[in-house]
Order: sequence, then C-alpha cells, then structure tokens
Amino acid sequence: MDITVHADLDACDGYGNCILQAPDYFELDDEGLVRIRRQQVRAEDREAVERAVASCPAEALRLAGE
Amino acid sequence: MTGVVVVGGSVGGVRTVRWLRRYGYRDGITLVEREAELPHDKPPLSKSVLTDGDAVAPTLLSREDAAELGVELLLGCRAVGLNPAAGTVDLAEHAALTYRDGVVIATGARARAADWTSQPGVHLLRSWQQAARLRTGLRRAERVVVIGAGFIGAEVASAARALGCRVHLVDTVARPMARHVGDEVAGILHGLHHSSGVRTVFGQQVDGVHPVGAGIGVRLAGGELLEADLVVAGLGVQLNTEWLAGSGLRLHDGVMADTRCRAVGTDNVYVVGDVARWRHTGYGEYVRSEHWTNAVEAAEIVANNIANPDRQRDHAPTPYVWSDQYGRKIQIAGRPDPARPPVLLRSDAERVVAVWGDDADRLCGMATVDAPRAAVRGRQLLATGGSLDDAVAAVDG
Repeated sequence: MDITVHADLDACDGYGNCILQAPDYFELDDEGLVRIRRQQVRAEDREAVERAVASCPAEALRLAGE
Repeated sequence: MTGVVVVGGSVGGVRTVRWLRRYGYRDGITLVEREAELPHDKPPLSKSVLTDGDAVAPTLLSREDAAELGVELLLGCRAVGLNPAAGTVDLAEHAALTYRDGVVIATGARARAADWTSQPGVHLLRSWQQAARLRTGLRRAERVVVIGAGFIGAEVASAARALGCRVHLVDTVARPMARHVGDEVAGILHGLHHSSGVRTVFGQQVDGVHPVGAGIGVRLAGGELLEADLVVAGLGVQLNTEWLAGSGLRLHDGVMADTRCRAVGTDNVYVVGDVARWRHTGYGEYVRSEHWTNAVEAAEIVANNIANPDRQRDHAPTPYVWSDQYGRKIQIAGRPDPARPPVLLRSDAERVVAVWGDDADRLCGMATVDAPRAAVRGRQLLATGGSLDDAVAAVDG
C-alpha cells in the first residue's frame, strides 16, 4: 500500500491550493510551479493529500499506488 | 427510494458525489442535473474555452465515471420542488425521488439576464452551450462590447483581445472591483485592461442595446452609441432557488445553512456552492461565495458530514478566488477591506502584492497579480489568524 503523489508541471498554474491542504507535501518553486516535497504519502496524511489533489483547479496532481 | 439525492451537477454537486463514495457511503446516490450535457466545470468557460478553438467541454463526470461510482445520473432533469419532511425531490417529467439519508442542494446560479440580453448577437456566459456559442461568435466578430466588468466580463474582454477583437468594456460603476478590493487595487486592475488595448467606459449606465445595421448598438446614458458585432453581458448571477419556493427552507440571497452547511431548520438537507448562505464560524456571520474553491471545499465537508455523522466538520474556509486576465494571474484571498488602503508590498509592471489588516491588526485580506508564492503565504497566514506584520515580514514582495 505504497501511495505516491505526482505533479504535471505543464498543467500546473501555481494556484497553490495544494499547499494550503498539505504543506508537508507541496511547495511552489521560483517560477511559481509546484514542487513535490515528499512523494511517499504517509497513511495518516492520506486524506489531506487527497484533498490537495482534488483542490487543484488545473488537475495537475495525481496519486498512484495501492 | 435512494440514499442521497444531489441536485445540481456543477463542481459542487459532482465533488459531493465523489467524496461520498470516498468516505465510504454505500447506499444509492442520484445526481440530478438540469442541462442535457454531462456535468462540466465552469472556470475554463471564460478562459481557454474562448481562446482555444479545439477546447472541449471540461467534463467533471462521464457516464463511465458515474457507473463506476454506482451513481444514478439524471441529465436533462429539472428539480421543481423539495419536501424536507417527506424526504422527496420533485422533478419535471420524471417520478419524484425519495431519499433516506439526505439531499444536497447544489443548484448554483445562472447568468443574470436583462430585457436586452435575449436578442441575436448578445451573449450570456455560464454554461458550456453559452461558451461554445460565444467562442464561435468571437471568432467572427471584429468589434466586441462587454457589459459588466466583474470577473466574467474582464475575462471575456481578455479573451476577445487575445482573439484580436476591438473591445469596449462597460460598467455602470466608476471603479469596477472597488467594492471587493478598494480603489487602489481596482485602479491597478483597470490598468491591466488599458495596457492590453481594451477601451474602458466606466461609470455609465447602459440605456439600451438594439440592432444597428448589421450589428448591435449599445447606447450609453451619456449619449454615446457603441457599435458592435457582438455584445457580452456579464451582469452577475441569479441564484437557482426558485425550485425551493415551497420547501420551507430559509431563502435570503441563497439557502441559509448552519456552520456544517446544513439548511437551517433541517437535519439532512445540505447546501453546497454558490447557492449556499452558510454561517462561517471564522467570520461569525452568514456568507455566500461564488468561487470555485469554496464549492470544492464545501463538497468535501458535506460528503463527510453525511457519510460520517459522528465526525461532522464545519465549513470555515479562507475565501479564495483567482482570475486569469491578459496572461496575468490575479488572486484574491480573505476579505480585503475596500474602505481601507492596503499595504502595497509590491506594485510594478511585473507583480502586485497588496495586504489589508483589520482593526486588531490581523491580516484580513490580500490581492496579488503574478505573485504565487506571496499568495500562498498570505493564505496560510489568513488561515491561522496571522497579523498584518507577519504578512509584511513573511511575504516576499
């Protein structure tokens, strides 16, 4: 049960909603695009990261695994 | 008899359905949507859909998705009544639905019409159909008049300019957006229109819109006649609450709901999105939001509250809206105080960062242009009750 989170930098438009939901996992780089801070999603963080993925207006994030 | 009925297939309704399943709700779910099209997202309709000829409807839920989720999808199906006591939703031309666990009102709003908006060449913009028609019209139009300089009007003006049209942007108020962000930032936004070649006509009423030759004339109160090939009306919204007239629900600029998005006076009628006027514990008052992020966040809360009634949560978001205009990204968070000048941490051709403090010197609002990292820092401080000083120190202008 190895869940990982991934970003599509072409789709990302720097909204930052993901960071508000799960700051341990996401940040914005100098260009204002997402950088994944932690790819492996801890079980206790799963719901927050799912909310982060769902919060992206550009659908730039996805979860994989399980 | 089903478990939950969700009325309205825009982002609020669709996300509620998805989160219900994600949170383990196993009983029947029926999603009712008035339009014949598959549920689709709204933000792209005033942006990429207009400028990109190949863009297709931004579908939120396909028939396959619905089948996988075990959701009954009723398209082209209009809700005409709700009886909370009986647990029924009345539909036009369809048998009434009875729900066991709850109903979610997510019927949102439609574009506000005027007596001149139903003539040929005049466009409203809210649905995919309207966006597709507008896109076709913009491609053929040379002269475009946009009436209403709120977010929709501004984005349409931006799209029309990107397509090479000559654009007039008209608004009855002298300083559009000042009601939300005050004069200084409204002036900056005004400047974005100008620097992209949009001619603005603010502070004038529209007296009439009527055919003139092969085109359309927009007559302004000052006497000027603007001639156009196409007119777009961005006059705000009309909430879709007429169907609730006999329901007993409290309807005052939306459906009034408690901190958990439960319609006042009920225990299993929930409200999500533009149509909800819910009590926000952070602000201690009833608020209504027309923003995408609000609907998305409320949907998750409502689904949780239905699926996990012993672990209900309040919906107390930090308000957030973005707007894409002329290749710039505008972001507004919290509640800027329009009567108070902001602290302009940055204000140049490249970037704008404006922050507002309240009487207790807490950060209460923020507006940025092309400053994504500042916007995130500001939103985090707003969520945690940070001070204006914290914002000034932390935000990298």
